[in-house]
Amino acid sequence: MRTLIRGGRIIDPKTSRDGIFDILVEDSVIQEISDTIKKTDGKVQVVNAAGRIVAPGLIDVHCHLREPGFEYKETILTGTSAAIRGGFTTVVCMANTDPVNDSRSVTEFIIDKARAEGKCKVLPCGAITRGLKGEELAEIGEMFSAGIIALSDDGRSVSNAGLMRKALEYAKIFKLPVISHCEDDTLSGGYIHEGTASLLNGLEGIPAIAEELMVQRDIAIARYVNAPIHITHISSGGSVEIIEAARKMFRKVTCDTCPHYFSLTDEATLAFDTNTKVNPPLRSKKDVEAIKEGLRKGIIDIIATDHAPHEITSKDVEFDLAAFGISGFETAFALSLGLVREGVLDMPALLEKMTANPAKLLGINSGTIAEGAPADIIIFDPDIEWTVDRNSFVSKGRNTPFHGNALKGKNLFTMVSGKIVFNELK
Amino acid sequence: MNWKRKDLLDIRDLSKEEMLFILDTAESFKDISRREIKKVPTLRGKTVITLFYEPSTRTRTSFEIAAKRLSADTINISSSTSSSTKGESLKDTARNLESMRPDAIVIRHSMPGAPHMLAGILDSSIINGGDGSHEHPTQALLDLYTMREKKGRINGLRIVIVGDIAHSRVARSNIFSLKNFGNEVICCGPPTMIPPYIETLGVRVEYDLKTAVRKADVIMMLRIQKERGGTKYIPSTKEYSTLYGLTKRHVDMAANDVIIMHPGPMNRGIEITDEVADGPSSVILDQVENGVAVRMAILYLLIGGEA
Repeated sequence: MRTLIRGGRIIDPKTSRDGIFDILVEDSVIQEISDTIKKTDGKVQVVNAAGRIVAPGLIDVHCHLREPGFEYKETILTGTSAAIRGGFTTVVCMANTDPVNDSRSVTEFIIDKARAEGKCKVLPCGAITRGLKGEELAEIGEMFSAGIIALSDDGRSVSNAGLMRKALEYAKIFKLPVISHCEDDTLSGGYIHEGTASLLNGLEGIPAIAEELMVQRDIAIARYVNAPIHITHISSGGSVEIIEAARKMFRKVTCDTCPHYFSLTDEATLAFDTNTKVNPPLRSKKDVEAIKEGLRKGIIDIIATDHAPHEITSKDVEFDLAAFGISGFETAFALSLGLVREGVLDMPALLEKMTANPAKLLGINSGTIAEGAPADIIIFDPDIEWTVDRNSFVSKGRNTPFHGNALKGKNLFTMVSGKIVFNELK
Repeated sequence: MNWKRKDLLDIRDLSKEEMLFILDTAESFKDISRREIKKVPTLRGKTVITLFYEPSTRTRTSFEIAAKRLSADTINISSSTSSSTKGESLKDTARNLESMRPDAIVIRHSMPGAPHMLAGILDSSIINGGDGSHEHPTQALLDLYTMREKKGRINGLRIVIVGDIAHSRVARSNIFSLKNFGNEVICCGPPTMIPPYIETLGVRVEYDLKTAVRKADVIMMLRIQKERGGTKYIPSTKEYSTLYGLTKRHVDMAANDVIIMHPGPMNRGIEITDEVADGPSSVILDQVENGVAVRMAILYLLIGGEA
């Protein structure tokens, strides 16, 4: 099977390529990239990308596919269908399923299910501790041989510092990245950012320091045992500052943030819309500015979605009772493209944070358009305007605070391993 | 002015004009409660439901009496008799109640935003009877009414609010109304009970009660919100009482014509001594009386329009 992607502007941050080229894909691999490739015979399908941007498929290091256990929120099929629509060709799914992905059998289940039904590449993240309980290490080696790509107790921190140390040390055997959700739960326990909005609406707050303290602790432990650490979904300016300072002494710190942390402030919670309830919470205007600055200066390496779909009934309740999370696959890229229009990042820098950098963290060979690389490719138009309509989401999760928002920039075409899985090109 | 709102959800939303309109309307209702026949037909044929998910004596009774004096039919639902104990969601309960076509629902709930949620899905008028630590708009309005009655004005006053500001919906609603009218508001309490960023509302924070009450025109005492974990924020109620209990000595340091307010329920001997609570400066029972008039006004404005 051969596909010729013709006439698009290829932007590949990893190889610093930016220009108009043709791409020939054979089976699952990029065969050739040249100024012009002639259609050799009739068996080549041609995709006209003229006037569009061709980029490596996006890689999400943080999402929730909810399967097994919460199929009413999302399944591997619906989640990956939403992912490819949003431009993602590889996603890392977190371990907080039911049962928790803390064993070989659950990892195998996810991988088998993804192979059978997944629309894109699914890389499971294993739990650091058994049952995400923070009490003892999960069988990391077993999960590794079954195929996990990283470790995380996402949803909470490993509050026991001694155990976190052991996890960081043990993960070295397998060179598995450890992804840390940073939250000191003796300081959190609320529902929205502790700030002017929580002052006004009386909702219990989650102070930024609950995140920052744990960022500091985890980096200190990682530095002590000389192990890499990845801090996920940072939301506060303080975290950016801490990571910037820490990197001067210890280089193995990486981090990501999510589109909602640079697109919305805690002011969005004032109307008690439970779709704005997310953990970590939407923070102050100052934090949002600091996150953007962190992206601009390269302190924040990666943009992840933290796609966290929920069924309607877990959001259609009192704010205190509502589940945390935002369904993010179908809005993440457009929101991120906003950074380019605002001048925070140029297009290659943005794409780098969604392709090459996540690939590097995970140690995978995708995330680039290069001869011999996997044919994971998207074609998008940064100028198409559209309105977010949660009712048209492919994801089961309709929980978005961006419903009704006018966004600019749209993915039009997704190829995974040489197969066209999504195509809205006209 | 013309009243346009369907619901009364929070004070922060209200303009000065709207608040004054409610107070003026209440003025005309206050007299009814002092007549021998305490009933007018204004809301005959209307139905008011009080839906209380938190215990309440004053507010629920006050609303019920207000509605009855206007000839509305009232139904009280408290959490012990509602379906909430059977696992029915607030939304479903509300929709079921709405099917019985009430004109107004007064809701009290332990969680901020519960009334707003109902207002978004129901056609009935929703009145916030207190939502968690968020707001208690009718309390702030009856406090404003009482201040206007006793001090002759509601601007340029020095008002001290003492206690667990962080968890008090009464404090929040009062800060919004009092700042809107241009008063000086001082919040006094242990730092663990003062919410961060409160200065952004234009209030002053004072940790020392004696300093706070100096030359105050109004002292408003709050109780410790035990149901919102209030006792976690202080070492003991005894120590709290020593530091923040209002005594005659404090009253003497305030303005000569200071009034002492308390939204109730009072914990005598903790935040206020008997001597002060029952003393000549106390207007605590006037607040309760005015509460009925203010709630009559609110019910009238929200559902008393053309039948």
